[in-house]
Amino acid sequence: MRHVLPVLTVVAVIVAIWYAAAIWLNAQWALDTAARQDRTLGAAELVLDTWSQEKPKLPAPHQVVTELWQTTVEKNVTSKRSLVYHAWVTLSATLLGFGMGTALGFALAVGIVYIRVMDMSVMPWVIASQTIPILAIAPMIIVVLNAMGLSGLLPKAMISMYLSFFPVVVGMVKGLRSPSRMMRDQMRTWNATRGQEFLRLRLPMSMPYLFASLKIAMAASLVGAIVGELPTGAVAGLGARLLAGSYYGQTIQIWSALFMAAAVAAAAVGLIGIVQRATLKRMGMG
Amino acid sequence: MTEGAIIDARDVSLTFQTNDGPVHALRDVTLSVEKGDFVSFIGPSGCGKTTFLRVMADLEQPTSGAVLVNGVSPEEARKARAYGYVFQAAGLYPWRTIGGNIRLPLEIMGYDRPVQAKRVKEVLELVDLAGFEKKYPWQLSGGMQQRASIARALAFDADILLMDEPFGALDEIVRDHLNEQLLALWARTQKTICFVTHSIPEAVYLSTKIVVMSPRPGRITDVIESPLPKERPLDIRDTPEFLEIAHRVREGLRAGHAYD
Repeated sequence: MRHVLPVLTVVAVIVAIWYAAAIWLNAQWALDTAARQDRTLGAAELVLDTWSQEKPKLPAPHQVVTELWQTTVEKNVTSKRSLVYHAWVTLSATLLGFGMGTALGFALAVGIVYIRVMDMSVMPWVIASQTIPILAIAPMIIVVLNAMGLSGLLPKAMISMYLSFFPVVVGMVKGLRSPSRMMRDQMRTWNATRGQEFLRLRLPMSMPYLFASLKIAMAASLVGAIVGELPTGAVAGLGARLLAGSYYGQTIQIWSALFMAAAVAAAAVGLIGIVQRATLKRMGMG
Repeated sequence: MTEGAIIDARDVSLTFQTNDGPVHALRDVTLSVEKGDFVSFIGPSGCGKTTFLRVMADLEQPTSGAVLVNGVSPEEARKARAYGYVFQAAGLYPWRTIGGNIRLPLEIMGYDRPVQAKRVKEVLELVDLAGFEKKYPWQLSGGMQQRASIARALAFDADILLMDEPFGALDEIVRDHLNEQLLALWARTQKTICFVTHSIPEAVYLSTKIVVMSPRPGRITDVIESPLPKERPLDIRDTPEFLEIAHRVREGLRAGHAYD
């Protein structure tokens, strides 16, 4: 409970700055509109106007909250206007891509740890893959997969995978190599096979690294799914909401989609954190 | 070749190639260990005592010379699981209970579950840890953890026990207690033990044979057959015989240093 007051203070400061910024950014529009209608605005009127415009440059916090409330709680989740529906579309691609990325990252890490040729050759490519801007390559992936007859969930998941396998490779290579020389010698004195050494020593030892990687991978995966929705003109998903919002100047919609994305990411990463704590505690490594 | 020797080393040399040039970890080490011996290797750091133990365990390959363990090469002996090895640190897996840790080598070696359970129980009693099977390593003191690691090395009932400064990180009082227990365990199990240490009292108290080594290059400077009886209460360390052997060990260590 000691942390409640500082946290609330910080939140209050952010909200205050936000309201102030909304006045500053939206004032010009309010003044222009008033001038066109031959009206003059008092200070109070001006402030209220900047906080209640339909297409503000920066929507005020309560506008975003209202929009979030209307598009989640007050809408049927199957409705195309429900933000929950769009969040689920994005989340399903995120989770699929996260699963594929984790599997790919894990497989590459095992290969790098056990196969010398892979150790020497794969890592530079893995790193190079992440230096390419995802926004540049995402449309190509979508187009190529479309040409192959794949559309919908899978292309988006592929982009998620592309972003999420990287932290898993890096973390798991480190994790699988974390057993000390002594622990590996110990296995050798028992004449353990590679498989036994992997399952009983390397894999359990790598768990703290795995969970740290999974958290980053999950966040990256969500970014990937949203980016994957942008170039296709997708009709559903948080990315589609962002895109549609920007076409029509619906800033409130954009901001509420952003907040939804942040909430989804926080929930998914938090879930991994819970599993991590339970697992590591059980393993005596927490 | 010595008849019936458990360990027979002939002119073993081992040179590590490092960036600062070659390091002669062992040079012309010749030694034989009889069945049931308790052999201590003592010397300053860098004298090759641990390296020699690792050569016996097939964890290092000698550059020249030959070692036989149980009459076969160290590699064959390792594959036949002829020895248990206790490292400097207990090296217990935090995610396994004490019982689970001791079961680990048995699982790897493919023992049946009932046999595993029986062995775990037996060796826990042997190291005086009965009742701790379901505890986790962090719930045990350092001395108890090291005892558990000895139990793990004993679990598959190898005839040879190789111990690399197993009590080095423990305080004097715990160490005394564990030394006493180790002697009792050795008497009960009739194992052949090779024990690396840098404590003179520990070496003299435990051993039937003390191998004094010196560094640069690592070599044997003296081998002392202990005249002490097998039955050794802790206060044997105040007897003239004990002090005389300790003196000879000290002399041997000093002679080894005369070179530099």
